Amino acid sequence: MIVELGHFALILALAVALVQSIVPIIGAQRGWTGWMAVGEPAASAQFLLIAVSFAAVTYAFITSDFSLQLVYANSHTDKPMLYKVTGVWGNHEGSMLLWVLILALFGACAAWFGGALPPGLRARVLSVQGMIGAAFLAFIVFTSNPFTRLAEPPFNGQDLNPLLQDPGLAFHPPFLYLGYVGLSMAFSFAVAALIEGRVDAAWARWVRPWTLAAWIFLTIGIALGSWWAYYELGWGGFWFWDPVENASFMPWLLAAALLHSAIVVEKREALKSWTILLAIMAFGFSLIGTFLVRSGVITSVHSFANDPERGVFILAILAVFVGGALTLFAARAGAMQAKGVFSMVSRETALVMNNILLAVSALIVFTGTIWPLVAEMVWDRKLSVGAPFFEKAFTPFMVILAIILPIGAMIPWKRAKLDRVIRPLAPALVLALAAAGLAWTLETGRTMLALVATGLGTWVVAGAAADLWIRAGRTARRLARLPRADWGKATAHAGLGITIIGIGLLMAGQVEDIRVAREGEPFDVAGYTITLDKVERVDGPNYWSDMATLRVARGGKPITTLHPEKRSYPVQAMPTTEADIDNGFWRDIYLVIGDPQDGGGWAVRTYIKPFASWIWAGCAIMSLGGFLSLTDRRYRVAAGARKAAPMHATPAE
Amino acid sequence: MKHLLQALALILTLAAPALAVQPDEVLSDPALEARAREIGQVLRCPVCQGENIDESNADVSRDLRLLVRERLVAGDSDSEVIDYVTDRYGEYVLFEPERTGANLILYYAGPVAFGLALIGAFVYLRGRKRAPEPQIGPALSAEEEKRLRELMGGN
Repeated sequence: MIVELGHFALILALAVALVQSIVPIIGAQRGWTGWMAVGEPAASAQFLLIAVSFAAVTYAFITSDFSLQLVYANSHTDKPMLYKVTGVWGNHEGSMLLWVLILALFGACAAWFGGALPPGLRARVLSVQGMIGAAFLAFIVFTSNPFTRLAEPPFNGQDLNPLLQDPGLAFHPPFLYLGYVGLSMAFSFAVAALIEGRVDAAWARWVRPWTLAAWIFLTIGIALGSWWAYYELGWGGFWFWDPVENASFMPWLLAAALLHSAIVVEKREALKSWTILLAIMAFGFSLIGTFLVRSGVITSVHSFANDPERGVFILAILAVFVGGALTLFAARAGAMQAKGVFSMVSRETALVMNNILLAVSALIVFTGTIWPLVAEMVWDRKLSVGAPFFEKAFTPFMVILAIILPIGAMIPWKRAKLDRVIRPLAPALVLALAAAGLAWTLETGRTMLALVATGLGTWVVAGAAADLWIRAGRTARRLARLPRADWGKATAHAGLGITIIGIGLLMAGQVEDIRVAREGEPFDVAGYTITLDKVERVDGPNYWSDMATLRVARGGKPITTLHPEKRSYPVQAMPTTEADIDNGFWRDIYLVIGDPQDGGGWAVRTYIKPFASWIWAGCAIMSLGGFLSLTDRRYRVAAGARKAAPMHATPAE
Repeated sequence: MKHLLQALALILTLAAPALAVQPDEVLSDPALEARAREIGQVLRCPVCQGENIDESNADVSRDLRLLVRERLVAGDSDSEVIDYVTDRYGEYVLFEPERTGANLILYYAGPVAFGLALIGAFVYLRGRKRAPEPQIGPALSAEEEKRLRELMGGN
């Protein structure tokens, strides 16, 4: 019964979304306030209805209602409760439902907190948001209905893919979707502004917090996914340039570009049409990502051709929204008059460079991702594009970005003298060179990489510190009084620098060892002495496991005892490796247990991964920076209202 | 689910579980083994979802790893080994596709786009510099004046 209610609520949500997409926008065009006002209750109702529907599916998962095909295919009575709940979105139908739930949440937030928006703009934004909601609700109802019943309910389910039964991955999709879908707000604002033919500082100020929030969630989501891959897949890779990863990385790059270009619109009323275009493309790439992942087109062109229903539907949504928005853009972009006048050497120019670099990087990721598809369709050439290509094609642009970043962050608006900016950065430069030299002397396998990454990372971090110091007028006391936006900017930039150091040093200095370890016989890896004590069979709730006990010591002093596991999930007939990691500030010790060997002993892989934690620490710091910026008081006071800037106001960037 | 496809592919390939590079595959000569690992990173497992042969658990990847080592021991250079594998398994196993024919688009898309963007930005920025000031009335708004004072004070 509850399931049927959920199904009904979902269909009702589709009807409400249709009303929300049509009525307010007509009202806004005609100036009918009554029609415009429909937007808010409709957005709230749509969210509540989808929430009911989502709750119904969750209920079915929790109570293991195997009459629901979705629950049968993705759950099992023995599965721990956490994964029963997260199993809701561990599959196609459920994850799409989560997608629209978050979409409706953002729409509802615009209705609830959008009081200060001009009524016309708000009505149009809600309308566009309703259209996206209607399209995806239709997609769910017609092609991916989670409420399909089975005529004869089986006794038990097929369980969730064991790789997904993991805390890191359990919360990875919600964050990622909060990011993907959050960009729909920027899209809706862009389309609404195009219809109105007006983009001004107030508009940019409205768009920025939404984009910033989406970017923070994307950062967290991507970092969680990468962290999961690091410890779960068993060889400690953290980024594979896999199409599904790229699908989330492209919107991240464009969202970062959009954040920065919106600053130029807000402060200087320039780059307007470019910012609108970025807002459209950032969400467009979210849709492209959804298409790539959901249609199966990446796994194989043929599997897509065999079952094209879902893929074609999403492709149609993509074509209508991105195509429609771009057509509107072509028609209206001319109306966006730039006002700001500035010279070649200015903050504006630096932000233009930021945008070029991020957009070109996104383009490279995009071409690399779809190239195998294009080559096969057009030239019948079966090929692959993977990490070696991306590392070579992508890295140079990140290097340029990191070089420019600290200068761009400090250069004044309008007109500047480069030497005046460079001077306060001199200590940062010296520090960066010193760090690079240190990395050089410590001599790792691929020294160039370590050298460049350490130098650039330190440059970015120290540059962020210099920025804060100068802003505070070189007075420690005033540091604390700086607006949160300043702190946010510096923190986020520093986070990027830390991630750069982590990636470079990990890739340059990783030590790997593969061997047959016999119980009680110690072996040495990069100065660490590792002893396999025992391997025991352990039972888990829905798996059994071969759990090893390995002692790690250095110079006779014990450091840690690790328990890597090799699990078997009988229902899915699938093993997983559970690496055990000793996370450290300077290095991770990463141990994996393999198969028992014929001649006795076990295959053991040992990795010493220098600076691995820095990668995710950097991501966390980046998100924290975004969050600090988001809590700046200028966003709390009704944004979009007149710029009643407080005395100490400084731009948020 | 972002990694679902990858995970699904893993299910298919994990039927006969073996953990990537096995101890019995490792060559006794560390230099040769290091080269084998370098090569293993750039060759794609022919049946997996975007894994290289070093990371893959599929049988065919194990065969490929052994083949690579066999060729190295026989004295092939790195590129000869890669060519040897490519001749037999097709361009598909290369993670970095050949720089021939249409693939040049892939390789030049980024740099060309960057060049065009730089030119576009230069034209735009020059236009901004020369844009007629009177459009916005006074050269600086009150807020900009304040901001200017702030910046001057900051420096």
